[in-house]
Order: sequence, then C-alpha cells, then structure tokens
Amino acid sequence: MTMKNRFKSFVPYGVIFVVLLFLPPVIPRFYTYILTSIFVTALLAMSLNVVVGHGGLFQFHHAAFYGVGAYTFALILTKTSLPIWVGFVAGPVAAAMAGLLVGWFCVRLTRLYFGMLQISLGSLIWAIAFRWYSLTGGDDGIHGVPVPDFVSSSTSAYYFILILLTICLVVMYLILRSPFGMTLQAIRDNPERCEAVGINVRRHQLLGIVIATFFAGVAGVLFVVLERSVFPDLLFWVLSLEIFIMCLLGGWFTFAGPILGAAITVSLRTFVGIYTEYWTLILGVMLILLIFFLPEGVMGFITEKFGARPERVYQER
Amino acid sequence: MLRIEKIHKSFGNFVAVNGASLTVGKGELVAVIGPNGAGKTTLFNLITGQLKPDRGKVLFNDEDMTKLPTYHICRKGIARSFQIANIFHRLTVFRNVQVSVLSEQGKSNKLFSPAHNIAVEETNRILESVGLLENAENIAGSLSYGDQRILEIAIALGNEPELLILDEPTAGMSPEETAATMALIKTLAETRGLTILFCEHDMDVVFNTAQSIMVMHYGRTIVQAKPEEVKANSQVQEAYLGGENA
Repeated sequence: MTMKNRFKSFVPYGVIFVVLLFLPPVIPRFYTYILTSIFVTALLAMSLNVVVGHGGLFQFHHAAFYGVGAYTFALILTKTSLPIWVGFVAGPVAAAMAGLLVGWFCVRLTRLYFGMLQISLGSLIWAIAFRWYSLTGGDDGIHGVPVPDFVSSSTSAYYFILILLTICLVVMYLILRSPFGMTLQAIRDNPERCEAVGINVRRHQLLGIVIATFFAGVAGVLFVVLERSVFPDLLFWVLSLEIFIMCLLGGWFTFAGPILGAAITVSLRTFVGIYTEYWTLILGVMLILLIFFLPEGVMGFITEKFGARPERVYQER
Repeated sequence: MLRIEKIHKSFGNFVAVNGASLTVGKGELVAVIGPNGAGKTTLFNLITGQLKPDRGKVLFNDEDMTKLPTYHICRKGIARSFQIANIFHRLTVFRNVQVSVLSEQGKSNKLFSPAHNIAVEETNRILESVGLLENAENIAGSLSYGDQRILEIAIALGNEPELLILDEPTAGMSPEETAATMALIKTLAETRGLTILFCEHDMDVVFNTAQSIMVMHYGRTIVQAKPEEVKANSQVQEAYLGGENA
C-alpha cells in the first residue's frame, strides 16, 4: 500500500473523531451517556479482538480481566488514600497480571481446551469477587466510587473516555502493524509452521494475552469512571460471551470491526431493551443471519465491498 | 553435519521408525526414499522436533538436538518444508516470507515499529531467488498449488538455514513443475552453499539429483550410499525397486 492510500484509509476515522468531539453540546445528555458507554464497550471488544481475531485464541472469559481492572481501580479509590493516578495505573496493570497468570496455564493447551480452562479460571476470579464480602462487597458490589473532579460531569467523562479510547486504539493499531502483530496473525493462520520457522509460539501468544488483558483493564477503569460502581456481573461469563459476539458481529478479521459490533450491541440493549427484556433474542437472530450471510462480520463486509487491505478480510474456505 | 543414530518412534503399537540411521555431510544433497509408510515423514518430524523420538539421537554439528523444542532447533540452523503446502493462507506472499526473516533476525517481538519497513530487502531477495517476486502482494492462499509449494521453500529460506529439509517438494506437481522445482533446488544448493535433505517418490528425480541416497523400509534403514551403489544393492531391489514401484 502506498503512503497516499494509507493516509486515505485514515480519513473516515478522522472525520468520525472530529464529529464525536463536537457532539456533546448538541445532543441530549442521555445520548452522551450512551455514546460514552459504547466507547467503553468498544475498547473492551477491541482488546478481546487482539487475541481472538488477530491471534486466533479462544479467549472465552475476557470479561474477568475487565472486572479485575474495574475492581482494582474502585478499591484503590474507596479503600486507600493513594493518589488517583495510582488507581489509573494499577487497574490495567492488575488486569495484565491476571492475564499473565491465567494465560500462563492456558497457552499450554490448544483451541477448545484453551477456552475451557479459561472459563474455569475466569469463573474462579468471578467467584472471589462475588464471595469476598469484606473486600469487594460481594454481590452488592461497590457503589458511589469517588471519581476525580475532572471526570465528574457526564460531558467531561465523555471527553476523557473518548481521548483515552483514541490513544488505546492508536497503540493497538501500531502493535498489530508491528512485527509482533504480524507474527501473531501468522500464528493464528498456522501455529505449526510458525514453530518451524523459529518462533516461540506459546511465549508469543502469552504476550498477546498480556497486551489484550491490559487494554481490558483500561476499559474496566473507564467503566468505573462512567458508572462510579462495580459489581460481580462485570466479570461474569455472560458478558464474556457478549463481547465475543461483538467481535464476530463487527468482523473479527478487521481492525475496527469490534467497535461497530459494540455500537450495535449497546444500541440494541438500550433502545430495544426499553420495549422488551428479550432484546437478546434480536441479537441472536442477527447472529444467525450473520453466520449465513456475512461470515466476515459487518465491517468485513464493508471493507470487502469498498476494497482495502486484502490480507485482513481474506478468509480461507 | 547431521547424524542420526538408531532412532525409534512408535505410535501405540505401530512402529513408524525402527532404528533408522542417516548421515548428511556439509554441502551434500541427500535423498531419503522408501515405499509409502516407510517412515520418511516421521523421520523428518523427528529431526525438526515436531515429534520426539522414543530412543536414539539426532546430532547436528555434534550437538544433541533430541530434546530441544521445534523453534529452538530451527534457530540452530535447520529449516524445513512440509509435505502438504503449509503456508499462511490469509497473509500476502511477501508477509509469508517476512515472518520467517523477522524470526531469523530476532525481531518477531518488536512491538511498535511498523512491520512494512522491516526486512523488506532480505524478503524481496528471497522471493526473487525463487521467482515469486511478482506475486509478492498476492494472498498466499490464492496461488496455484505449485507456487504454494515453492513459497514453502521460500519461507524455509527466510531462516537462512545451514540444512534445508524438504518433505516431498514436488508432490502433486505436473512433470514440468517438477523439473523446474528440482532445477531451483539444485541452484539454491549451489548458490547458497546449502545442505539439502529431501524425500521424494519420483525415482528419476532422486537418481538425477541426489549425491547420496538412504533407503527406508518399515522404519529401518536398508542402506545409505551413492546412487549407483543403491541401484545395485540386492536388498533394495527386493524391498523397493522390485516391489510396487517397478
């Protein structure tokens, strides 16, 4: 791809970013909140896609790390008098460490077995948050987390989260374009061949998991900034399934697909959820249609139609 | 350079490799032949660490490779191709080779510099030497089968190996493709000073190319010798040449 083409492919993202910058003053507060919620969920889905779409790993319990980030941040703000920046750093770092620990065991297994082990280890983390009343508040969670003043209004939280999301997306993009990211995609396509060209596949996958869980931790921190509370549902497997679906829905072989998937899912939950609690039924039907008609996801479909980056949308069939 | 001593491997009750031995000297072109199921692919998998032997040793430059993991063996200087085209289907041809060049240069873990600027020259040189340069930006899965097999060899070359192991490099190719591929392999051996170990079904190819031939039968080494001596060997004639492939 030439430099000019490369620049051109960034233009739509730039336009979207600028539009988002000018939205809060002109839209109702409720919509500002929904958009912010989409940002947080999008970051979570994007972090999962690093290892699912680009790494080919069955990361079935990603929400556990999102929860670890959120709980760490909330606990530091409520139970300690440490400066706030410590919380912002500790959330993602704790999530990455949990990722390292769980990943350490998981990369020894392949595919479905990897996924099964991760569900059990992730559920263990959930059980700790659910049961340890004196620390985590058990099934009540922790509410009224005293977030700092600069994110206390819904508009300032919106800008703070939008900017952090953008930074994270740029960093993820750089990582996926780097030799590390390229090798990760090669491992997804053919781990056996990678081993035979001298790549330590397990270590590479483990590093991928640490990176993905770090960003999940960032998303967890941002969730607390927005909602000011944490509860065990954050690390329940149902949420893990939901973000997995977002990746599939948006297009897991594309870079930005999961953002689209997150936007669709959150919108469905908000706007269809008003009319019926069975909004997941619509999500389910969409997923079935997707599998049959858009196996590359919505974003995969768009990039295929409007042509860009063949290696990201090609699928062997 | 490579010495295999009485190596054994069984899967359950089936003994795939039963005390095979093999010597490959520096700069040689060595072929392993034998009927289907003789254990040739298993032998190669034992050398490059995809499988671990039950007994016996693999020595490379007098160093014991037997217990090393696959990626480590590769870093010692042994690269291979597989019997079935084993490439990165969704990546471009260029990236397929770049992955192994990056690995060879120890740059696979670089996190933030864009990959499209790294190892470009080396990768292009390899693609040129095998004649795939004009397909560089094509998706590997869209290549013809013959070209995918060539790409396999190119990926292995990315590791700058001392010893290149090719598992039936011309399987599934037309006669023209076979001739072109064997010519390519010979050229590579000469220009890069490569040592090559390969196995092959086509007897003409083997006897025209190899300097030394090892004959396997039921997982055993019958003989390893020069082509003319192998042809004259009565045991070989009985087990192989006089058998199904005559």
